[in-house]
Amino acid sequence: MKSRRRFIKNTSMICLGAGLVPNELFVSSASAATGAGELLTEARYYDKLAHRKIKCVLCPRECVIDDLERGYCGVRENRGGTYYTLVHSRPCTAHIDPIEKKPLFHFMPASMAFSIATVGCNVECKFCQNWQISQVRPEQIRNYDMPPEVIAEYAKEKKCKSIAYTYTEPVIFTEYMYDCAVAGNERDVASVMISNGYINPKPMKDLSKVLRAVKIDLKAFTEKFYRNLVAGELKPVLDTLVLLREMDIWTEIVYLVIPSHNDDPNELKQMCQWIVSELGADVPVHFTRFYPQYRLKNLPPTPISTLESTRKIAQDAGINFCYIGNVPQHGGENTYCPSCNKMLIKRRGYIILENNITGNRCANCQQEIPGIWS
Amino acid sequence: MTKSISRREFFLKSMITGSSAFFAKPDARAGILFPKNKVAAGRVVSIRDNSVRTSKNSLNPDVVENMLNTAMSAFFSVGSAAEAWAGLFSENDVVGIKVNCLAGRGMSTSQTLVDAIVKNLLAIGIPARQIIIWDRANDDLKRAGYKIQTSKRDVLCYGNDHAGYTRQLYESGSIGSFLSNILVHQCTAIINVPIMKDHGIVGITNALKNFFGAIHNPNKYHSFKGDPYIADVNLLPDIRNKVRLTICDALTSQYEGGPPYMPQWCWQHNGVIVAQDMVAMDSIAWNIIDGKRAEKGMPSLKEAGREPTYIRTAADADHKLGICEPNAIDLIEI
Repeated sequence: MKSRRRFIKNTSMICLGAGLVPNELFVSSASAATGAGELLTEARYYDKLAHRKIKCVLCPRECVIDDLERGYCGVRENRGGTYYTLVHSRPCTAHIDPIEKKPLFHFMPASMAFSIATVGCNVECKFCQNWQISQVRPEQIRNYDMPPEVIAEYAKEKKCKSIAYTYTEPVIFTEYMYDCAVAGNERDVASVMISNGYINPKPMKDLSKVLRAVKIDLKAFTEKFYRNLVAGELKPVLDTLVLLREMDIWTEIVYLVIPSHNDDPNELKQMCQWIVSELGADVPVHFTRFYPQYRLKNLPPTPISTLESTRKIAQDAGINFCYIGNVPQHGGENTYCPSCNKMLIKRRGYIILENNITGNRCANCQQEIPGIWS
Repeated sequence: MTKSISRREFFLKSMITGSSAFFAKPDARAGILFPKNKVAAGRVVSIRDNSVRTSKNSLNPDVVENMLNTAMSAFFSVGSAAEAWAGLFSENDVVGIKVNCLAGRGMSTSQTLVDAIVKNLLAIGIPARQIIIWDRANDDLKRAGYKIQTSKRDVLCYGNDHAGYTRQLYESGSIGSFLSNILVHQCTAIINVPIMKDHGIVGITNALKNFFGAIHNPNKYHSFKGDPYIADVNLLPDIRNKVRLTICDALTSQYEGGPPYMPQWCWQHNGVIVAQDMVAMDSIAWNIIDGKRAEKGMPSLKEAGREPTYIRTAADADHKLGICEPNAIDLIEI
């Protein structure tokens, strides 16, 4: 048995010895790896049913699960009528990333986010970028033993301003995310959730108490797309966006533009109008470029012209902060003042080249710029 | 179409017709010489024998073996079980026996039946080290009473977690999965040995559903009552080409509350069902379970909202995995 103190010490030594830089796995020691093992933590959002069944109420899927079976996500298991998460304190990956990589453009620019994920996801996007970890089960991959205090302590030590729950789908490790966020808040390290938004209101409200910002992948604006390419539903995602607005959590939206699947101008216009009317004009929307991945390899990358016309549709609908993503050095990466049109933040990839926001205002015209800037 | 024959009639008939057994051409898709014994789609042999229970209510191995041999001879219309087995496998085959052990003791593939299968394989000259009893995980097998055996001194027994999964993603219709290395890289032939029982989501779990234990992500494919996912999994070439026989453990079955073991809904069917057509076998199993539900005053699976439509899908023009229509199934009951 390894004590927590010893583990933290060992981990720190390993990391320091590795001469870490951002984007590099910070735990690489095989000795720190474990299987899903027998570390079970009781899940927080489920109902007990007759005959040792349970009903998971974490996400809108609401799986009814028999004894010894798992939910759709593959990381929560019914054992004798009690539902457990198998991934609490078991991240499969951890990196230090620029916050711009999430992407969150209006949240502590140029800061670093200590980014973690466990395996698993509650949908199956045919175009998933991280399917090797999102579409497997805990016992099928190497995991690490990292309790929330270790995560928070390490984030602080590495001068990360936030912990990002990302790469896979943090909804499925909600207990771990919540506990890490609490541990982070105690150390003045914020938490941000990078999510598909496919979560029920109660757990989202609980998370809202400990998170500072959320990025939601709005994958399309039709149920058909969600049914066929995501194995999920659109409406609960829209409900989550509205809920976040009501809870006053800083939110940004990413929309991956996939040729022929979700790039119809009329649909995009409807979506942008919905965003303006339901969430407001100040929600940043990132239109990002699709590259062939996972089970959607028969399509070309999104033409840059499509991204530009999509951005124009959003601007015409009244969205103040529209970005183009996954296209390095494109002007659509920059932030412009909606009042005087001066460039506020000049970016190249994840690097900030220029920042003309003073406090939370445009340095030129003093227009207040929405976001969390420090 | 159902034909009922007594055991005496069966033996008499097989003595006369044994030598005129139906020998199909080798499976061209697999490019192999075996199985020589291949019966036309739709044939299913179901044998029941209440004497299979001892006075202590456990299974009598001799009776189980006799049931299996009788069913095998009847299925292949040959004079002896040995002849049937010899036509299915060569000495070079590595034969996987895919059991179903998720529910632990009480509602997993019976070791007594598996022992009888192994005995027949050994008898036709397949070395013990070329026989692998397998399921999803070592823990599942252990919970059901199987002893994990990974050294090649004896018949092997282990789970996918021991053997691992392919690095390549296999796609088939709606599914995309890594496959068990046991299925893809270790075995040249598979005997599917499911247990017949109710399933709370997909209706029933039997022959077709058993291969969810060969993919890394079965949790992703239970939506819509497993339709068309289960059929799509069974379209995978490694399953289509390697499964030479399905022997259903219908000794103890469950008509409600599955897949976990729920003793209050189990009954002693005292049966073994043999087929090569998994769709036809599942169609028969569906009928048996619905029959038992009706007998117990329960709604049919369809009325309960979990009609196993994936079985029909497996038979449709896109899949063509077998025959689902009950009237077209050549069911021989012994």
